[in-house]
Amino acid sequence: MADPLLTFTDRGIYCPRGDFYIDPWRPVDRAVITHGHSDHARPGHRAYLATHQALPVMRHRLGEITAQGLDYGETLDIGGVTVSLHPAGHIPGSAQVRVEHRGEVWVVSGDYKTTPDGLCEDFEPVQCQHFVTECTFGLPVFKWKPQAEVAGELNAWWAEQAAQGGFAMLGAYSLGKAQRLLHMLDPGIGPILTHGAVEATNEILRGQGYDLPMTEQVTPDMDVKSRTGALIIAPPSALGSQWARRFKGASTGFASGWMRLRGVRRRRSTDRGFVVSDHADWDGLLEAIKSTMAENIYPTHGYTDIFARYLNEIGYTARVVPTEFGGDEDDQETAA
Amino acid sequence: MKDFAALFTQIDQTTKTSVKTEALAAFFRKANDEDKLWCIALFSGRRPKRAVTTTQLREWAAERAEVPLWLLEESYPIVGDLAETIALLLPEGGETSNESLSFWVKELIALSQVDLDARKPRILAAWDRLDATERFLFNKLITGGFRVGVSQKLMTRALALATGQDEAVLALKLMGGWTPQTTSYHALIEADSPDADASRPYPFYLAHPLESAPDELAAPQDWQAEWKWDGIRGQLILRDGAQYLWSRGEELITDRFPEFARTVDFLPPGTVLDGEIVTWDGAAPMGFSTLQPRIGRKTVPKKLLKEAPVILLAYDLLEVGGEDLRDRPLHERRARLDTLLQDIPPEAAVRPSPVIRFEDWQSLADTRDTARAARAEGLMLKRLSSPYQIGRKKGDWWKWKLDPLTVDAVMIYAQQGHGRRAGLFTDFTFAVWKGNELVPFTKAYSGLTDAEFGQITTWVRKNTLERFGPVRRVSPEHVFEIAFEGIQASPRHKSGIALRFPRMARWRHDKPPQEANTLKDLQDMLALYG
Repeated sequence: MADPLLTFTDRGIYCPRGDFYIDPWRPVDRAVITHGHSDHARPGHRAYLATHQALPVMRHRLGEITAQGLDYGETLDIGGVTVSLHPAGHIPGSAQVRVEHRGEVWVVSGDYKTTPDGLCEDFEPVQCQHFVTECTFGLPVFKWKPQAEVAGELNAWWAEQAAQGGFAMLGAYSLGKAQRLLHMLDPGIGPILTHGAVEATNEILRGQGYDLPMTEQVTPDMDVKSRTGALIIAPPSALGSQWARRFKGASTGFASGWMRLRGVRRRRSTDRGFVVSDHADWDGLLEAIKSTMAENIYPTHGYTDIFARYLNEIGYTARVVPTEFGGDEDDQETAA
Repeated sequence: MKDFAALFTQIDQTTKTSVKTEALAAFFRKANDEDKLWCIALFSGRRPKRAVTTTQLREWAAERAEVPLWLLEESYPIVGDLAETIALLLPEGGETSNESLSFWVKELIALSQVDLDARKPRILAAWDRLDATERFLFNKLITGGFRVGVSQKLMTRALALATGQDEAVLALKLMGGWTPQTTSYHALIEADSPDADASRPYPFYLAHPLESAPDELAAPQDWQAEWKWDGIRGQLILRDGAQYLWSRGEELITDRFPEFARTVDFLPPGTVLDGEIVTWDGAAPMGFSTLQPRIGRKTVPKKLLKEAPVILLAYDLLEVGGEDLRDRPLHERRARLDTLLQDIPPEAAVRPSPVIRFEDWQSLADTRDTARAARAEGLMLKRLSSPYQIGRKKGDWWKWKLDPLTVDAVMIYAQQGHGRRAGLFTDFTFAVWKGNELVPFTKAYSGLTDAEFGQITTWVRKNTLERFGPVRRVSPEHVFEIAFEGIQASPRHKSGIALRFPRMARWRHDKPPQEANTLKDLQDMLALYG
């Protein structure tokens, strides 16, 4: 058998024939990036390739970078290898990477979610023989409710605080999760305030044409009392900080797939936990794998050992690929 | 079950005690008597007899969820709670049920009395009829340990709010050996003079740790000092010609300590003593590790009874001649205790825990430094004018423990925690050096912050050398300062020693593993303090 098209190195997933890496975690000459989260889009590469939609946020976060943009589905020849990017449904601009050479097709999923959220580009299954898949939530206890149902819970909680003249403060990762939540909120309930880190991303995505409701950034001199009934979106680290204290008596909530687990919810010690994830749940992972028609599956970050064992049991050839993405099995601070 | 599930959800969705209390009080105001009684029972640690084993429960749940059993087993430590794991795995049920909490509890009681074969279909049928939260609670009822963020104290306060009764009166009513099958809500809570069980104990009064020197407690003459013994807290009750012994966990442990059978011959009926149960060599306590084998045993072999006899070191008198003395000041209770016990013979297995005389705080501090020689773990300070209160009330009772002993040890095994600590590595095994070999000598689970546990968890995942089921052997890189209250010889441990209350005092980032302590260091400590 000839050398495989993609190999797994200590810098990341590598294509020797095209001499490029996918989401490498150490500086390289040429990096294909699936999306802008910091564990995937790292600084220091000589040249970046990503979707046109992902680049503005990446530029904001990484500063001056040499980058080329691709449309979804557009192909690029790199050293005789055909590379294209396909919607991953994770966050706006996120992509799966398809790599083809003489009929050998690999797809690297990056992070993905199979159900549409109305904001980012819908996940698109791509047929291949080798599928490198994330499995952050690769356990059967992870099952997501339909988005509309969770949106109902979220808005009911906010409306309850607003009715009492209080505040609802929601912790969410500033790129992706925060905007998805904004999209789920009912702006009729009250004003929506944001932490600076969230608002910076909002502005970029609004400029790109993503549909987000009106928000107002919290400033040091803001008259908080005139905005009772507001919902505030802030990064997890800001909850419980000095910054958050101005919203006295606020009910606190946190939105993440991990909120499915009571133990994690209690550890967060927020009042409410909303199960909203930008990753596929157990059924989503299995459905995505099936739709690629691939026989060789490479689970990366997440519950890889358990997930691979299950895949092997149901007839796939699965091999765990160690990566340094986001996390560890339960790095609850990432964009889960 | 819907009302109870709604109550649980309200409690679970808030971190504010006042909201929890109000939610419970609202439940107590509107639920029927049977549901109220079961709610009280569950939040005071009483539960129905186990109807099915957890093994059966796992198998049936995996089958119903159409996942292999091993996958359920792998999910369990990550979720951290079996009842929850099963509730999360089961497919959505089709039907709904409007049956009450007590209906489902009684179904479980009924199940424990039918053939094994008949239990499975009834459990599956129950799962089908309950929604996600109800299933979790139903599973909790089966697996036991109904701990969901409501303490008995909080429940009692809510009950007081709902009924208008005094909280202390209610706390007393809730004590003892009742179950919902042996009483009714009316008899337990509403009846004016409840026909209390002769075995019913008083709620224990618990001390707070004294963090600094006692100078701020003001006048030394207002205080009584005693040794703080390292045994188990016990309440000895003599009523109606029988004797009953209760542990602080409100467990009736009379049968485990037959030494007290003869107390009825020496003490009058209507007497209740509070004190510490310790193993006794005739002159002093023998150390906690000798008491440990006694605690777990429901029946005591003669040999053990001879090797590790116990006595009660009594320090308070709660009832005499059937009269409740708890509102009387400590100096009066103590005087009456001394009178009661002054002529008691050794075979009664009860002696007064001595009062320590002192002139000023400094002389008491000097006495405290000799606690280890007295086989005590420090001192107790009690305000002479104080009544015997309920629970952990600050101000009148202080425990002034010795500073812990410490040793620097290397972490060699790690395991994930449960409940709130699910998914985090929190349970560690530590070792000290014996030549070039690391000898495990203790486990410890507490003392680090959540952030530190998160940090060590990330590290454990990347530095696992070997797995044995849930246990991971990790590379011996990290040194922790282990603090503990006592050290004793123990043939049951590979290291030959056993520690009392070990915990992680500090993560010694500054220390390489080579500089951790040695087994010899521990043996020296054993010779000095054991």
